[in-house]
Amino acid sequence: MSDESCAVAVVGGGTAGLSLARELMRREVGPVVVLEREAEAGGIPRHCGHYPFGLREYNRLLKGPDYARRNRDAAARAGAEIRTSTTVTGLLPGGRLEVSGPSGPAVLAAKRVVLCTGVRESTRAQRLIGGDRPLGVVSTGALQGAVYLKGIRPFHRPVIFGSELVSFSALQTCAHLGITPLAMVEEEPRIFARRLFQPYLWLKRLPLYTGISQPRIKGAGRVEVLNFIDRHGANRTIETDGIIISGRFRPEAALLHRSHIEVDPGTGGPVVDQFGRCSDPAYFSAGNLVRPAETSGWCWFEGVAVAEHVAEDLAAAGKARTVPLFTREPRIRFIAPQRLRLVHADSSDSVIYIGLETSIDATLSARCADRVLWSAPLRGRPRRRLTVPLEPILKAAPDGPVELTLQD
Amino acid sequence: MTPPANPVSCDVAIIGAGIVGCAIARQLTLDGLRVVVLEKALDVLDGASKGNSAILHTGFDAPPGSLEQRCMAAGYRDYFDVAAELGLPILRSGAMVLAWTEEQLAALPDLIAKAHDNGVTDVTPLTRKQIVSREPNLSDAVLGGFEIPGEYLIDPWATAHAYLLQALSNGARLMRGTEVLSGRFDQSWLLETSQGEIKAGHVVNCAGLYGDIVDQRLLGHKSFAIRPRKGQFIVFDKAASDLVSATILPVPTETTKGVVICRTIFGNVLVGPTAEEQDSRTDAATDRQTLLALKSKGVAMLPGLERCEITAAYAGLRPASEHKDYQIRHHDKQACVTVGAIRSTGLSAALGIARHVATLLGIASRPLDAPRTIRADRLSDYHRRDWQEPDHGGIVCHCELVTRREIEQVLDGPMPPATLQGLKRRTRVTMGRCQGFYCTAELAEITEERLQRTIGCDHER
Repeated sequence: MSDESCAVAVVGGGTAGLSLARELMRREVGPVVVLEREAEAGGIPRHCGHYPFGLREYNRLLKGPDYARRNRDAAARAGAEIRTSTTVTGLLPGGRLEVSGPSGPAVLAAKRVVLCTGVRESTRAQRLIGGDRPLGVVSTGALQGAVYLKGIRPFHRPVIFGSELVSFSALQTCAHLGITPLAMVEEEPRIFARRLFQPYLWLKRLPLYTGISQPRIKGAGRVEVLNFIDRHGANRTIETDGIIISGRFRPEAALLHRSHIEVDPGTGGPVVDQFGRCSDPAYFSAGNLVRPAETSGWCWFEGVAVAEHVAEDLAAAGKARTVPLFTREPRIRFIAPQRLRLVHADSSDSVIYIGLETSIDATLSARCADRVLWSAPLRGRPRRRLTVPLEPILKAAPDGPVELTLQD
Repeated sequence: MTPPANPVSCDVAIIGAGIVGCAIARQLTLDGLRVVVLEKALDVLDGASKGNSAILHTGFDAPPGSLEQRCMAAGYRDYFDVAAELGLPILRSGAMVLAWTEEQLAALPDLIAKAHDNGVTDVTPLTRKQIVSREPNLSDAVLGGFEIPGEYLIDPWATAHAYLLQALSNGARLMRGTEVLSGRFDQSWLLETSQGEIKAGHVVNCAGLYGDIVDQRLLGHKSFAIRPRKGQFIVFDKAASDLVSATILPVPTETTKGVVICRTIFGNVLVGPTAEEQDSRTDAATDRQTLLALKSKGVAMLPGLERCEITAAYAGLRPASEHKDYQIRHHDKQACVTVGAIRSTGLSAALGIARHVATLLGIASRPLDAPRTIRADRLSDYHRRDWQEPDHGGIVCHCELVTRREIEQVLDGPMPPATLQGLKRRTRVTMGRCQGFYCTAELAEITEERLQRTIGCDHER
């Protein structure tokens, strides 16, 4: 049996995958197939039943599900084939994919593959939250899937664990259910998305505990109690029937880890150059898989940008030298990209995305051997968007590995 | 569940549907006896058999001459035939006992001699160089060790389910949510349970963590006291399985085999267990300090684990007692066998224990001429899975690649799960790295009104 083939296979039909597929079709690269393992494409916005989505992409204020539908429709209208309930089970060298759909396993051979498998939240186990293992401990994603897609309510009076943007999304999901969470708890000394939460904290009097430690979940069948030590060292017990474990996004990269493609230990996603190209040049990557985790809007534009590079690569896959882009700075958790392709293409939109371990106020330099290519002040906090332009670094014509360093 | 109108009547009532109860149910049913299995919990395998290290042990380190050693040796021998018949996956991983200190190194020759005494004659010493060449990712702090080639990875839940399913398909009966409250013996047993009365010729007490309590209720006395021993485990993601091949065992101490690093047949790597004595028979809670300590123990032996993602953490409770050996006793005047204190080796020894119990009971029976067989759940990551077959209906759990067909078959099967935990053990849904981030909603819908304890809280039965 001969394998099925296409020009570009997009693994994952979330925001990045769909905007990328649409853009590829617009650029007439040939047949584009989006492989989506869920029964419906659209990704995480599908179950974010709240605003704001789509402002820059569609000049409209949309709720998540409507935004997902638009992305889906736009890709389909442009002619991309969206194949749902189809799981990619293996990435083979040169762009061959093992897939398993409802009718069984098959192989799809693509000239280029773009990995857009996105992110998921860290689990309770990954955050080492101790205690029993009752029903009712869910991620925001699982909660929203149950509530918005299936109309199922996992609890009545939950506690939200975490204080990131997505924790706010969890709060809105609770509001949709007509319930007010009992409390929000955060292990860090302060909350991440303070401005968003402030109205809730004031108006709804949502109790907030930051700097908590030793969290423990108790419950035989369902969750009964969340126990922790508060910032003042007092033992706190909240009687609750559910815990929403929110945030601490990590890439959904299991497929990648099992494959031949090089993985970056910093991001947990693939090692990419500034065009999204992976270590196997038949593979590209876009969206949150490349660096956790950005807004849907950000991923949408990233999809468009990578589509442009894929289209150009299909037209003329030039050989060019690439050099590592790296850092040994402990305050930097990750950078993306991790390779620089030394070509004279227009890189004016390209950025280096920096994830921080701790808050910093320092000077960032890009060095090549003894030469400083570029340097600028850098301020930022963990889990916040932080980018620096790539153009001036490339303009300085590095001829070897480029290292990023911080000086106070 | 409504109580049966008339007292249920059987030759043997087995109390407790853990691995031991399931194996005994199979043995006695195939021997031609009418068996009823009584399980207190909503589902089978809800006690000590819920969490273990999923290894088929040779019993090389059991005390020579002990009942535990004999049951393990017999159980180990039988497992291969039974696994082949029921389609249970097995994977030969081999194991190594490794010494990390001079003191441990000095203890190795005695352990090897003990293994040979136990009939595990293929146990052979390994030099440091041999160890490192076989397991190149191990820390170079290793000093020496020996190998036990005959240790296997197995599916602990499919094994117990398969034993019980074979018993059920040959006429045994399972009553879940059925707690034995008291019993009277007068020629035969009349058991009072939370689901009505049960008449039984004989009773086998395999109540695990509640073994002494059940003895007290039935016999009015207990000959041992359960001292629950908690073991916490960390499960690392599948990528970690590239780091290690053999099961890595430490030099054991008086109370425990110590912290083990092993692959599982599901493709993960386990680090654990701890050994924490406690009074509670239900508290299987994990705690962060212990998990962090476990992780660093694992990393010290296998540094690559540092970079590996944690998939899950759990704790199992071992029904240890004040005695070192199993406490299997025949109260022949009361037609009762107590199978107690099956501490951590029950999975390996279950088939041997079942034979032993059948002999102790000594009931004249006629083995079934042509017993029916069943096909066990096929959940091994090292064997062909349902998602690789045609027409599976789509993959629901993406991390563990569980198909809709697998889930439906289990829910519609002869022993449907009562809880999500039960469905997890039968299919592996939500057991993977995302722990239900992606598939909880889908599962909630599929299982709504089909489990006794549902994911949604508005439709609980």
